[in-house]
Amino acid sequence: MPDAAALPTVDDAVALGLTRAEYALIAEKLGREPNEVELAVFSLLWSEHCSYKHSRALLRTLPTEGERVVMGPGENAGAVDVGDGWAVAFKVESHNHPSAVEPFQGAATGVGGILRDVFAIGARPIAVLDSLRFGEPTSARSRFLLDRAVAGIGHYGNSVGVPTVGGEVFFEGSYEQNCLVNAMALGLARREDMVRSAAAGVGNVVVLFGASTGRDGIGGASVLASAELGEADEDKRPTVQVGDPFAGKKLLECSLELLDRGLLVSLQDLGAAGLTSSSAEMASKGGVGVDLDVARVPLREEGMAPFEIMISESQERMLCVVEPARVDEVLAVCAKWEVHGSAIGSVTDTARLRVLDGERVVGDMPVVALVDDCPLYELRPQRPSGPLYRAPAGSLAAGASVRETLLALLGSPNIASRLPLYEQYDWLVQSRTVRRPGQADAAVLAMPGGGAIAVAIDGSGRRVAADPYTGTVEAVLECAANLACVGAQPLGLTNCLNFANPEKPHVAWQLSESVRGLGDACRALAVPVVGGNVSLYNEGAEGPIYPTPVVGMVGELPDPARAGRSGFAREGDVVALVGPFAPVLEAGELAKLRGDALPVALPEVDVRPARTTQAAVRDAVRAGDLCSAHDIAEGGRLVAVAESCLAGATGARLAARPLAALATALTPRGRAGRAASRAQDGVPEPLAAALFGEAPGTGFVVSGSQEALDRLGARTPVVELGTVGGDVLAVGDDLSVALGELAEAHAALGPLFP
Amino acid sequence: MRFGVVRFPGSCDEVDALEACRRVGDAEILWHADPDLGGVDAVVVPGGFSYGDYLRVGAIARFSPVMESVIAFAREGGPVLGICNGFQVLCEAGLLPGALLPNVGLRFLCRQLDIEVVDTDTAFTRACAPAEALSIPAKHQAGRYHAPGDVRVAFRYAHDGNPNGSSNDIAGVANEAGNVVGLMPHPEHAVDELTGSTDGLALLRSAVGLARA
Repeated sequence: MPDAAALPTVDDAVALGLTRAEYALIAEKLGREPNEVELAVFSLLWSEHCSYKHSRALLRTLPTEGERVVMGPGENAGAVDVGDGWAVAFKVESHNHPSAVEPFQGAATGVGGILRDVFAIGARPIAVLDSLRFGEPTSARSRFLLDRAVAGIGHYGNSVGVPTVGGEVFFEGSYEQNCLVNAMALGLARREDMVRSAAAGVGNVVVLFGASTGRDGIGGASVLASAELGEADEDKRPTVQVGDPFAGKKLLECSLELLDRGLLVSLQDLGAAGLTSSSAEMASKGGVGVDLDVARVPLREEGMAPFEIMISESQERMLCVVEPARVDEVLAVCAKWEVHGSAIGSVTDTARLRVLDGERVVGDMPVVALVDDCPLYELRPQRPSGPLYRAPAGSLAAGASVRETLLALLGSPNIASRLPLYEQYDWLVQSRTVRRPGQADAAVLAMPGGGAIAVAIDGSGRRVAADPYTGTVEAVLECAANLACVGAQPLGLTNCLNFANPEKPHVAWQLSESVRGLGDACRALAVPVVGGNVSLYNEGAEGPIYPTPVVGMVGELPDPARAGRSGFAREGDVVALVGPFAPVLEAGELAKLRGDALPVALPEVDVRPARTTQAAVRDAVRAGDLCSAHDIAEGGRLVAVAESCLAGATGARLAARPLAALATALTPRGRAGRAASRAQDGVPEPLAAALFGEAPGTGFVVSGSQEALDRLGARTPVVELGTVGGDVLAVGDDLSVALGELAEAHAALGPLFP
Repeated sequence: MRFGVVRFPGSCDEVDALEACRRVGDAEILWHADPDLGGVDAVVVPGGFSYGDYLRVGAIARFSPVMESVIAFAREGGPVLGICNGFQVLCEAGLLPGALLPNVGLRFLCRQLDIEVVDTDTAFTRACAPAEALSIPAKHQAGRYHAPGDVRVAFRYAHDGNPNGSSNDIAGVANEAGNVVGLMPHPEHAVDELTGSTDGLALLRSAVGLARA
């Protein structure tokens, strides 16, 4: 019977984030009231962050099977087979609330945590990507969060020798209080060397290695990650962990050497909820029990209580299971890398997690109760009856010309060049980066077998806010389109679902519709979901964030030398539009600049023709037919053409007629009146939609020889627009913008990083 | 020709340097705690963050057992190349003059840029043409070279492309004898067309055939 002195009360449980009913259930599972240690452990493992109690049922609807899947959801990271005996592991995870409270450390430890997930399965981390959302850069708070989060990502990634090869950032008012910092990592492993996290072998030793344990990050998973942000968040700063990339680098090398020498039975990183969740999860997966002695844990400070040691989120720690005969060798490898290594427990046949403080039992809980018995909650989705989000403040003058509109879009924070961000990241270490940020729509990494993988990360909160189902389908399509531009075929997908409080019916509706869209899109593209993460309660006093499912996709291409580029490259090449692209202005970047409210829905997307087009573009890139391929995203066709000009430092001359014809085709009978009324404002509405409308993932701007485009046209719709060359972007006789002027507009984010 | 590439706790670019050296000769890792250089013909002190660089970049690394041997090796005329953090370590060790200060922008910068070969008479520039421009990436947060006076300049940032505010656009320097060279840009990351450039190979080729004095 564990120490029962000074039992906590049900009110203590509520303060830790549990409900009264959950507290009663815990007491029932234990057969008695929980003590301090046990309550701390339960409160973390039964938090949304650890238990997915509001999202698990939805996540089960996602397709997870595929020929190339090596590890699916449930392990530290998912993995796909990339041929020649190699597997690529990858996962995206959020660190939103820590970053909103302390952006530098929040973002840094987000990177550190996702790297540990990857090397915990025996894969050497080879790349990081990040997906960021902030309020408008006009806000001082948003500029501060952006600056410090970017610095934090660089601080960790640059210091551990893992390149940051891609990412995305968007600025919207709804993220003002609650920014999003999602980090994705990829790792490379021999298939036969990958390890799982299940504890096994009764009598085996549990070894904790890495940094010492302190009071940082206590309660991070429950207090910070599973509640809305509020006024008193300054006080939550101690719940944010502090990252040490140097310790992380030593831990990485130490872990990989331990695995390489075959010294470990299983390995697990210590992330949210520290020792508590890592030990309980290892025991649960192995169907065994674990005894841990907190008195043997190396501490950073004296006088830490057993419950503090169990729930500390001190960074750069790993837990492994080792056969007794190999413990000395394990500790010697730890010593070589100058990390602490301590045998702190053992695997038992009790199916219980027992916490000891020396001889004294201070906690004793059934593993099943901790990991599997957390009540799952059914969402009560309800479509909102009115708008949830305020219309943005418009910034584009009514009556703006095509030229003014183009320059305003290129300078919009959501479209402007990301160079000032990615220049702060090491994108080249490890000598694999074949396509670096700014060169192509997806990063391309050479593989040891001679082929390559491509990776992209995408998600548009605004479009998902307008229509959670279609917006999410579009995000998956766009990610796949990015891969097609470099010639890559998707192999697998990971996701991070960033949503507000799911206990609210309209948020539950956003979440369930979004997951339905994610599943449908993945099935339609035959891309399995191999892992993911859910971040809920992303809202502050001002209201919920835009629902933001972020998808990261990994694909393969046979020949890295033929990986596609986004910039025009060859004078005289034909510029063409490819795909069944049917753009609308609603919920697009131009609508935002105009100050338009979100529509109540987006037009349905037909995935099948988009998939056909993506396959055709992918094949053309692989064949070396195209000099450039670029997905038409925010800002529509003309922005995409301008981006290809800027990426290639060359101009293009487009004929007016094909664009006018596209505009005419877009004039629906019912909209004629509205189009006419906007016409006096400058750009006629159908032309605006043709030039700047969006339909993510369904259209491309490409360049190549006439013969190459004829071949492409035999497989998918191709509209020739003009030719590459010169130092202006010109459309007919009406528009001519010098490259320098485009570049100046595109450099709008520069001043944010003085 | 056998290169030794030093590995400190926290080195990040040592494997890239090792593989780059293997394109022109043999190469092996030299562990920081082991003073034995194993009879290598040239030493590369690579980039990364030796010992975390919490004090001052390179300040701790210079006292490691392997560096004691590298210092002796260099004093005997052995070719030693310091790249980025390795350049900082060589300055701290007194093998090269000057010091590296935080970039003027105080930010980490990663950029492909051109450097001009100023001196073709050092152990790591013999294979270069005078005034040749090499496309080599640089990535660092403390690369602003401060020259204590007249120094032997090996490389300068070309085309007004000084990324860090270093004095006289200096990207790399040599010791008086020319056997020790340090630079902030990363030649080991410019050895393959696939990843951007092969211009860095010239530095390593320069050292091939140099016998230990």
